[in-house]
Amino acid sequence: MTDHHGDFDSVSGRSTTGHEWDGIKELNTPLPRWWVITFYLTIVWAIGYWVVYPAWPLISGHTRGVIGYSSRADVAVELANLEKIRGDKMVALGAASLADIEKDPALLALARAKGKTVFGDNCAPCHGSGAAGAKGFPNLNDDDWLWGGTLDQIMQTIQFGARSGHAKTHEGQMLAFGKDGVLKPDEIVTAANYVRALSGLPTRKGYDAAKGEKIFAENCVACHGEAGKGNPELGAPNLTDKIWLYGSDEATLIETISNGRAGVMPAWEGRLDPATIKAMAVYVHSLGGGK
Amino acid sequence: MNKPVNPSEPTSEDDYGPLYAARKKVYPQSVSGTFRRIKWGLMAFCLGVYYFLPFVRWNRGLGAPSQAVLIDLPNSRFYFFFIELWPQEVYYFTGLLIVAAVALFLMNSVGGRIWCGYLCPQTVWTDLFYAVERLIEGDRRERMKKDKSSDPMRLERISEIVLKHSIWLLIAWWTGGAWVLYFNDAPTLVKQLVTFQAPMIAYIWIGILTVTTYALAGYMREQVCTYMCPWPRIQAALTDEWALNVTYRYDRGEKRTSVKKAAELRALGEHAGDCVDCYQCVAVCPTGIDIRNGPQLECIQCGLCIDACDNVMAKIGRPTRLIAYDNDINIQRRQDGKAPIYRIVRARTVVYSAIITAVGGIMLYTLATRSLLDVNVLHDRNPVAVRLSDGSIRNAYTVRLLNKSGYDRVIAIDADGPVNATIHVVGVDSVTPDRPMIVIPRDATSELRLLVTAPAEVNPEKSIPVRFHVTDIGLGEAASATDNFVSP
Repeated sequence: MTDHHGDFDSVSGRSTTGHEWDGIKELNTPLPRWWVITFYLTIVWAIGYWVVYPAWPLISGHTRGVIGYSSRADVAVELANLEKIRGDKMVALGAASLADIEKDPALLALARAKGKTVFGDNCAPCHGSGAAGAKGFPNLNDDDWLWGGTLDQIMQTIQFGARSGHAKTHEGQMLAFGKDGVLKPDEIVTAANYVRALSGLPTRKGYDAAKGEKIFAENCVACHGEAGKGNPELGAPNLTDKIWLYGSDEATLIETISNGRAGVMPAWEGRLDPATIKAMAVYVHSLGGGK
Repeated sequence: MNKPVNPSEPTSEDDYGPLYAARKKVYPQSVSGTFRRIKWGLMAFCLGVYYFLPFVRWNRGLGAPSQAVLIDLPNSRFYFFFIELWPQEVYYFTGLLIVAAVALFLMNSVGGRIWCGYLCPQTVWTDLFYAVERLIEGDRRERMKKDKSSDPMRLERISEIVLKHSIWLLIAWWTGGAWVLYFNDAPTLVKQLVTFQAPMIAYIWIGILTVTTYALAGYMREQVCTYMCPWPRIQAALTDEWALNVTYRYDRGEKRTSVKKAAELRALGEHAGDCVDCYQCVAVCPTGIDIRNGPQLECIQCGLCIDACDNVMAKIGRPTRLIAYDNDINIQRRQDGKAPIYRIVRARTVVYSAIITAVGGIMLYTLATRSLLDVNVLHDRNPVAVRLSDGSIRNAYTVRLLNKSGYDRVIAIDADGPVNATIHVVGVDSVTPDRPMIVIPRDATSELRLLVTAPAEVNPEKSIPVRFHVTDIGLGEAASATDNFVSP
């Protein structure tokens, strides 16, 4: 650089840029050659990359790249590999009976692990990540089962759901005694208090137990049974225990009797493969509420 | 504006020297003597242990690895002769590191940088590589001459160089090879390596260690100690006025004169220095320093200069140990006409020794009383408690049983805490009520889901401690863990 004639640094033997700050001058030092070469190589590399890999967005899509690489295809390959690795174990799981799975520690561990993952993906939105449920969504950790809590019953519920529209689904619903005009409002209050009394909860002052029993016998025993113990065939809950799906206070019961209830559980057959449904049944059963 | 100046002629030599000095190659001369013998001995011992330890067998019974020292990463086990460590016992390594660090402190307070001079892998391998070089290319003078020679390379010289590098690479390769043998069954892996059946990672590690050994011991040598290693700074700071460091006894050596002149002076009854300026101490130094300039960072205190000087002193008939393991206090005392004193037992060394003994003792004690059966309990958090239809309360726990022994165990689980509680393990039928039994294979863990159910009426409190006991039915060995029982 001879532009800055005379601006020459005696120590380094290089010319300066001519810029000066407080008597300090800037050396006109070129970039190291290796750095410049590396920089040019990155440019060459980038051009190659544009050609080889999918890179440029187009109006409807993008350039595909000459080698046809796609990260989605990679994922598909990885998933296929995973299936292959797990293949034998899942086959064994699919072949074993539900009871045998619970007896075999290795299969039980596999079913619980698999079930837990699938539960998180599919069931947790309603039943909660720990299957503790919520109002209207059963807690799967307790021992109260609307449709039965044996391994087979749980599996059936998962497969076909409840009021799901599937041909084999559980049917049965709580009628809307108020809305449909079957019971008068004061009869509904009496029925609500009768039901509270069944599970040992305190009743309203002046509540007529005999009248309540009569109303219950005429309207409720068909599904809930004479003693109010419920019926898993119809999904009718046990009214004598400590567990209430929608709540046990009087107002909630009046609401339930007036408008009815019909919670829906989707059918999972077809959405999940049979071995997975089996794993899920075992997982749910092992949560502690199984019978 | 400055006047243009020829850059090759700096305006002032003092101001404008280069800030960076290129390395001057060191050509250590061979030497014989006490410290050289110690170094040979320690080198043979260290390399012997490193190269051959993986081949030592240790019978642990059927199915268990029979290698004395094995780091079994896939199965998360560490085997050291009779000791088998599980991942949760890595605190033994913490203890080992503490002992190692304090041992280093102790070495320093007794004899300076003993580690650097005799035991550091960099020293040991560099020494070995120098020995090879010396054997093939000759001693200091010959090597210097050969390196300087501008003659076109003759076949003899080329074959020397090829031979040297081949042997270096062979040693480096074996170093990497021995390394991977610590991570797998040695005879099996050797067979796999030879038949190219070994896992890729083994070849990669052998490659890495071959390259580093070859580069560090063959080329970088003393530069590792001077520029790369933090220990010289730390170790130099750890030494004190009582520590015995390699010292030039300038009180005896100065003023440096020739043998003849010294004799003349002594004949007149005057003081003459013993140092004859023969530079033997410099010639043999593997880091290329002059010990007579006093203690310095580059000095790894290997003691080879002591041997070199002793040989010269013996030849000229003067007392040996002009350079010796000594300290500054004694130089001062000798100048004052007092007898030198050596004090190895002092507060510092006693404290270090006590720490080593204490930590070592604790480790040995815990190792000896180490339980081979263990239990960990984790309370379910979601939900923490469940109300059952009859009103009773149930808590769920994840229980992990660890069987560290070499045999299968039958374990019974009990829980005490809530009154009238029953316990159930998912997938296990209780043999007797409330007492589930589980079989855990040897050297394995078993994770169980355990449910504790207690009647609501006898558990009014929000949280009750619950203790889980696991008992080996056959041997009676037991372990326990505590958690809480919570009400909704």
